[in-house]
Amino acid sequence: MSSFKESRHLYHFAGLFVLAFLVFLVVRHYYVPKSFGEYGHYRGAAIGEIASLPVKFAGHQTCEGCHTDVLDVKSKGKHAHVNCEACHGALANHADDPSIKPVLPDTTLLCARCHTASAAKPKGFPQVVPADHSGGVPCQTCHNPHSPAMDGGGAK
Amino acid sequence: MNVSRRQMLILLPAAAVAWKSVLAGTPEDSPNYRMSDHWWGMLIDIPKCIGCGNCVRACATENDVPDGHFRTWVERYNVSDEDMTNPHVISPDGGKEGFPVAEEDGEKYFFVPKMCNHCADSPCTQVCPVGATFIAPDGVVLVDQKYCLGCAYCVQACPYGCRYIHPQKEVADKCTLCYHRITKGLTTACCEACPTGARQLVDLKNPNDPIHEFLKTHSVQILKPQMATGAKAFYNGLDGSVR
Repeated sequence: MSSFKESRHLYHFAGLFVLAFLVFLVVRHYYVPKSFGEYGHYRGAAIGEIASLPVKFAGHQTCEGCHTDVLDVKSKGKHAHVNCEACHGALANHADDPSIKPVLPDTTLLCARCHTASAAKPKGFPQVVPADHSGGVPCQTCHNPHSPAMDGGGAK
Repeated sequence: MNVSRRQMLILLPAAAVAWKSVLAGTPEDSPNYRMSDHWWGMLIDIPKCIGCGNCVRACATENDVPDGHFRTWVERYNVSDEDMTNPHVISPDGGKEGFPVAEEDGEKYFFVPKMCNHCADSPCTQVCPVGATFIAPDGVVLVDQKYCLGCAYCVQACPYGCRYIHPQKEVADKCTLCYHRITKGLTTACCEACPTGARQLVDLKNPNDPIHEFLKTHSVQILKPQMATGAKAFYNGLDGSVR
């Protein structure tokens, strides 16, 4: 009989545990974000947040929608597969609002970035030593950047 | 409708789970994008890379990458015939402004663009103690910057050195494979800016993607295959000296 009396303490103790567990569940409900565990052990809503960041490079498809004249020249030349923003830089702001005029790149620097001769570049890639090639004369004096080959009708 | 007590006990939690996902809504900002239709990766064609640094600059612009940190960078390898295991590697400012001219001295030189490999079994996501970094259902490894504590476990865990702690935000930052672009049908900023096609975004779940034919017909490697990371940055023409 006495052993039964003692076991009441255990019930109190168990009650405390159950209460603590319920408090834990309530706190957890408010602190764990709603989408946590939607796809795995992470906040599912984070995917949408990252996907909705703003775009800065408009993409060549966007450029080609308006600048069809440049596309006609470029698609026949050696730079057919060089995307517009590879040289002109990120221009999503210009695509959104054409009144924002992009700055024309400086061909002396721009062309040299790719075409300066170096042993590390692939052998078939057209390379020149700029000082010997033009002696400081800007590239577009002779070449059309959109179709640079001299024999392809692209030269000025 | 007669529902027994047993059926009710089964139905109620199921209904609760379903309602939860209805309330959460669809996560994609792009209405036509379905995560389950894609499994993204990248093809890097070493023999096409000219080391111009366009990818590094484009990435920094597109993603506001802080100076001195890189989500993608380019390395120039210099390997001599006698010592293949000790290549001389340079990457001045990540190759952002190109590289010094390499003279023809009979040694081998080539460029290796590097970036997050978006591993299918990524070590970085496994070590995160809070679930702030994860592999999205379309195979892109992302960081939830609102949840990240900045403990940098993931920075140490990445065998490719592709993560850093953002100096202002003080959370982990890395390549998102331009997730905000690829979910809208665009390619990544680095691929858009690459003048030679040395980098190509690939979707392994798209049966019409040329990557399937490419992988079949070329000698393609991944970096550190012995780490069993399931890396999805496929390198064509990778030299054995690259680490």
